[in-house]
Amino acid sequence: MEVAFEQIINGLTIGSFYALIALGYSMVYGVLKLINFAHGDFFALGSYIGYTFLVFGSAFVTTHFGLWGGMVVAMLMAAFCLAVIGVLVERAAYRPIYPAGRLPAVVSALGASIVLQNAIMVIWGPRYQAYPAKLIPNVHLQIWGINITMLQLVILAMSFLLMAILYYIIQKTVFGAAIRATALDKDTASLMGINFNKVIFFIFTLGPALGAITGVMVGMYYRQISFTMGWNYGLKAFTATILGGIGNLPGAMFGGLILGVLEMLGAAYISASWKDVFVFLILILVLIFRPTGLFGEKMAEKV
Amino acid sequence: MDAGTTTGYERFFGSRQAALFAVLGVFLVYPFLVDNYYIDIAFYFGIYALLGLSLNIVLGEVGLFDLGHAGFYAIGAYTTAILNTKLGIPILVLLPVSAIAAALFAYLVCSPIIHLRGDYLCIVTIGMGEIVRLALINNPFDLTGGPNGVYGIDFPSFGGPFVIDSSIEYYFLIWIIVAITILGLTRLQYSRIGRAWNFIREDEVAAGASGIDVRYYKLLAFVLGAALAGVAGNIYASKLMAVSPESFSFWESCMLFCIVLIGGMGSIPGILIGAAFISLFPEIFRPFAMYRMLIFGLVMILMMMFRPGGVWPRKRGTAEFSSLLSRMRKKNA
Repeated sequence: MEVAFEQIINGLTIGSFYALIALGYSMVYGVLKLINFAHGDFFALGSYIGYTFLVFGSAFVTTHFGLWGGMVVAMLMAAFCLAVIGVLVERAAYRPIYPAGRLPAVVSALGASIVLQNAIMVIWGPRYQAYPAKLIPNVHLQIWGINITMLQLVILAMSFLLMAILYYIIQKTVFGAAIRATALDKDTASLMGINFNKVIFFIFTLGPALGAITGVMVGMYYRQISFTMGWNYGLKAFTATILGGIGNLPGAMFGGLILGVLEMLGAAYISASWKDVFVFLILILVLIFRPTGLFGEKMAEKV
Repeated sequence: MDAGTTTGYERFFGSRQAALFAVLGVFLVYPFLVDNYYIDIAFYFGIYALLGLSLNIVLGEVGLFDLGHAGFYAIGAYTTAILNTKLGIPILVLLPVSAIAAALFAYLVCSPIIHLRGDYLCIVTIGMGEIVRLALINNPFDLTGGPNGVYGIDFPSFGGPFVIDSSIEYYFLIWIIVAITILGLTRLQYSRIGRAWNFIREDEVAAGASGIDVRYYKLLAFVLGAALAGVAGNIYASKLMAVSPESFSFWESCMLFCIVLIGGMGSIPGILIGAAFISLFPEIFRPFAMYRMLIFGLVMILMMMFRPGGVWPRKRGTAEFSSLLSRMRKKNA
């Protein structure tokens, strides 16, 4: 039974990565009905920027604020850079294409993804990069007989904090209300005085920033990053988005966590090499019986 | 439309036929003018053209988001590879077998999911493609050879000395198949089936209400598209003499998706241009080495900015419609 609990903890850890990336997909989809393929690469780029900061710039910060300060500053740096890059990518690659409809925007998103991925490769090189070790003391804790590392605990705490903050922003603030209104009905929202461009600006800063922080956390967790990792995580996170019901933010969070737990349980009890097959099979089964995802509301057919 | 534009149309049609013959001429002469490297590039162009045409049935004609098309391609290639290396069945016999295997797979997989809409169908096809690729890597029943794949596949042979084993022969094999496919698809576009497909793409609910069996026609599109992808897989496997899972990744499906959208949905000449872009661009920009994919992505964005409907979008029915409109205006005036 301990094995199962440990796998669930592992699953929640990687599930929280998927959830945080999925939130970016879901926000963009909700407002623009666009699958933002570049979002996975925002995440990867954030991871590299955090890496660069931790390797070259953290000495100053860590001497003044300690290890924890260095880590937090690295995350904030990555988040800030990616917020800027996210807005720039939206301006350059997506905004001119909205009027043409959804499908051209998908190709443009794929193009942006290729550009970002290869930009990472050109800047940092095609080889794996190793995150600095011992950012967080390697302590194993025993809680009710379950092994959990300090790093996992920190990652889980931070992810849930970020998700809570985002949930608060979306559900309780004026900005969040504007995003939800735009997602529901763009034209009516515009007529009510909501600035569509501001909403887009907001989701393209928030989504990539969350992705970048996740990138730094993934780097700390696996200690190894590569320029192609955006695709793998992006695909999983997109799966999580759909699993929860696309455009539904709490759904995306739960979808990510469920996906991570399923993956780890599948790896433990079925087979490690078949775990992704298991995940995709579950996804297909869910969609056969609930065609709009686990938490998606029933959509009426528009005639 | 008055008489003047009709003769203009005829003149245009005449020039179109001339252009068609010129293109055919270039295709026939090209392999005799260049060395094997360039013939091989043209061969891969042909493979992508065939794959693009096969995805065009699903995505372009019916408007179903299929981002797992490489899965069908893989089924075709692996059917050929396994049956040829294990049982020694000749490649050309396996050509229809691969097509049927991929079509059958598409039928079985797509039957339960065909009712899904838009992006939900998209993620399920992604999942399907990934399941195929991961299954091939995991080597079920020791058939697929794991990450290394299957190697030692024969050349296609017509018996006796007639064996397709040089670049130029492969070039003609693939382009003859592409030509036959184009002929068939053009006929299909103007048939009852093609019209039903386009109706479903434009308005699924209205199509259903007009008595079109939406489910049947959607499945038909998947089955036909998969069969063509299976044919492409067969030829690809015998040309490379080996298949491995990495040729059938999600990336490959995305590139096929881009072929259709860059070219123009439902437009056959557009698909050829899209396939040329995807297959020739990385070769032409080889001197730029690390930067070539960077440029590739930028060009993709720019193309969608300036030609969002594709390079050569398909025009359908616009002439009749405008004439009807002008007639109505005349009546009212």
